[in-house]
Parts: sequence; C-alpha cells; structure tokens
Amino acid sequence: MKSRLIHIVILSAAIWCISCERQEAAPGAAPLALHAGEISSKVKMVLIPGGEYQPFYGADTTPVKVKPFLIDERPVTNGEFLEFVKANPQWQRSQVKRLYADTNYLRSWVADTLLPRDIHVDAPVTQLSWYAAKAYATAVGKRLPVLDEWELVAMADETVPNARDKKSYSDRIVNLYLVKNRQYNAVKQSPPNYWGVYNFFDLVWEWTDDFNSVLVTGDARSGEYSNDNLFCAGSATSATDVLNYAAFMRFSMRAGLKAHYTVANLGFRCAKDVDE
Amino acid sequence: MKALFLLIASLLLFSCKENTAEKELPSDSIFHLTTQWQDQHKQSYQLDALRGKTLVVVMIYTSCKATCPLLVADMKKIEKQIKPDYLDKTSLVLVTIDPETDTSEHLAEFAKTGGMDAPHWVFLRSDEAATQEFANVLSMKYKKISPIDFSHSNIISVFNPDGELILQEEGTGINAGKVAGKVNEAVKGS
Repeated sequence: MKSRLIHIVILSAAIWCISCERQEAAPGAAPLALHAGEISSKVKMVLIPGGEYQPFYGADTTPVKVKPFLIDERPVTNGEFLEFVKANPQWQRSQVKRLYADTNYLRSWVADTLLPRDIHVDAPVTQLSWYAAKAYATAVGKRLPVLDEWELVAMADETVPNARDKKSYSDRIVNLYLVKNRQYNAVKQSPPNYWGVYNFFDLVWEWTDDFNSVLVTGDARSGEYSNDNLFCAGSATSATDVLNYAAFMRFSMRAGLKAHYTVANLGFRCAKDVDE
Repeated sequence: MKALFLLIASLLLFSCKENTAEKELPSDSIFHLTTQWQDQHKQSYQLDALRGKTLVVVMIYTSCKATCPLLVADMKKIEKQIKPDYLDKTSLVLVTIDPETDTSEHLAEFAKTGGMDAPHWVFLRSDEAATQEFANVLSMKYKKISPIDFSHSNIISVFNPDGELILQEEGTGINAGKVAGKVNEAVKGS
C-alpha cells in the first residue's frame, strides 16, 4: 500500500513536470527599435531665422542666441499619429511599454488604430508622452523643438516677431489658454503669427525636447533645489519678464511634467535643423 | 521495474528545474531602454547588462563643485549600510550628465581618487540624447548653464533586479539607511 502511494506521488510529480516543460519560454526582451517604421510628413515647415531672445527664466539677463531652424507650421494631428502607430505597432496603445507612456496614453482612441469617434482627424493629437512624441519626430526625420526655439516663436503675434512689450500680448494668450476643450478643434483654423506659424496658443500645450531643463534656480552654486517655489506668487518676480503670465503658465506646466505623462491638452509639433 | 520507474520519474523532475521560462521584463522596466552606454573600463553595453542586480542610481558630473560631492558622499553612505555579502548583487551607478568632459578615463580616475573602484561601482556615459532620455526616466532635471556648469536636481533612485523603480530620494543629505534598507530588501527577495 505504501509503495503504491509513493508511486502515485512520483507519477503526479512527473506529470506536473511534463506540463512544466510545456510552458513556452517567454519571448526574450528584445530591445524596442524606436527608429523602425519611418513615415513621411507632409507638414509645411517654416524657416525661423536666428535671433536673440530673453529667456523667461534665467539666472541672469543675458539674451540667448538661437540658431536658424525649421518648425512645423502647425501641431501634429490625430490622422498623422494614426499613420505613425500603424507603421510602428510598438507605439500602439495595447503594446506600448509603461516605461514610455502612462495608462492614459491615447485613452480617448476607440482602439489601437481607431481614432476617437467625435474628434476631428485634423485636430492635434494629444494624450501622448514625450517618448512617443520623440519617436514620431524621429520616424518623420525631424526632432522636437527645444524650449528656446519654441519660446522664440512664441514671442510673435500676428504682426511682429516680438510682441512681448505689447500690453495685451500676455492677456490675449492667457484668454486662449482658458478656452475649454480647445484641443478638439482642427488645426489652422485661426490666423497664423508673423512667421506664418499656426496654433501656438489656441489649441494645445506642446512638448519640447528639453522640457526637463526647467529648474527653479537662483545661483547654481547654492545647493538645495526645490520645485515648491514655482507655484508661489513670489517666484514670478524672479522671472525676467514679470508681466508675461502666459509664459509663466507654460513654464509651470513644463516643470510639472514627467516624460511618460500623457495629458489631454498636451500635444506637439516637430522641428528640424537647417542644413547649412 | 520499480527502479526503472523511479529513475524515469526523477529524470523528469530534474529536467523541470532546468526548464524555468525566462521571466519577461515588466512593462515599466528601465531595461527596455535600447541606448548604448560606456563604463569607466571602456566596456560598452546596453543597460540590461545590469539586469539581475539591484541598482542605486544617481546622475552627476565630475567637475561639479556644488551638490555632486554631496551626492557622491550619500552614495558612499548607502554603500556602507548595504549588507557586505549583498554588494556583489548590487550596482552603485553614477551616470554623467557631462559626457564630453567625463570620458571613460576621466571617470576611471574619478572612481579611483574617490575610493570607488570596487566592482560594484559603475560609472556610465553615453551621448547627449541617451543621457537626456535617461534623466527623463529618473524624472531628473538638468540644464547646461555655462560651458562648464550644469544646474540639476538631486535624486537618488533604486531599481530592483528587474529594472523597476522602487524608491527615489530627493535632495542632498538623504536618509542613507532608508535607501540601503530598500536595497537589502530587494537583493534578499531576488
């Protein structure tokens, strides 16, 4: 009796092990090829000549030189991003790695390759992370604009390249920021700015390549860094352009972002170096 | 007959152990990064070469005179509180945000002078894009403010052997005991 029991135990163990053998080895963690699946972009790019501009936040008041660059005339649209994820399935919602995008990535899309139902195909794509925006830019042979480039273009209104001294400049922009659901509108429905660039303020916030360079600093040699300051009224006065509340809002936004975040009214456009 | 049966059964049992499927990487693991890094010994590899170790990671640059020395001191404090026989399952990783100045040789020198040449100390450098991407993975901020100076936030991060972020401490003069405790916990459970 005892030996039969032992037989049964060993047999069960063996059977269990056989089923163990049948387990498929998990696919190896093959590195994601971020640059696979190139597509073309048909967006018109505008040449912004080099210039100097006064950064909104700076340790001192030295103007920053910006080299000439090309920038998309309007944000990347839903339709364009759909094309991108079709060619790059690793960026589809069900495939994307949590490292590269949070759980709200393309949340309003109906499915991996199905756009949101009631949203215009030419509305700016949103709910995507910095990593996704960068991957798109690379796929179309471009890059993200850097902060200085973006802010240089942002200085313009419809008639002049630098409208920051105009009394109404900041107020007009802040009013645009306060419009609800602005991100659902199609691109290029409002007048372009002086450079011929559309939708810098009336649709979405935009990712920049170096959004993580926004630090609250006074003296770099001081030692402690704290982001708390940024949300106090007091810190606005340490900015070099005190009345530019619109810029303050943008910088606050950037300082609060992490690269994997996706936000319903945060999109992007691309830029490109000028070939000498 | 009985012996044969027992023999077959034990062989099957044995083979089961060798067949454990390779665990898939968690979706938020840093080992998904495809960037190429170079260490202080001029070895080149992707970050997943460090998979299996518990990682304590900080970003610094060697010519930093302000907070980086404090961060390095913090890393050493943490090292001292990690269980000695866990150190070979740990990597203390310092990643430079100034890869231009911080060549492999420079990092090796910095490691030696700082008494950080034991095998569990890893100094990494890469190109600007990879460095920026990695900083973003750590939610670390930095900005080049002069040809030789950077403004940066101070964060020490701990990753488990599967590359998942399990702790971050900000600022300088951090609670080394807390970080080391987390490391010991992660190594023990690996």
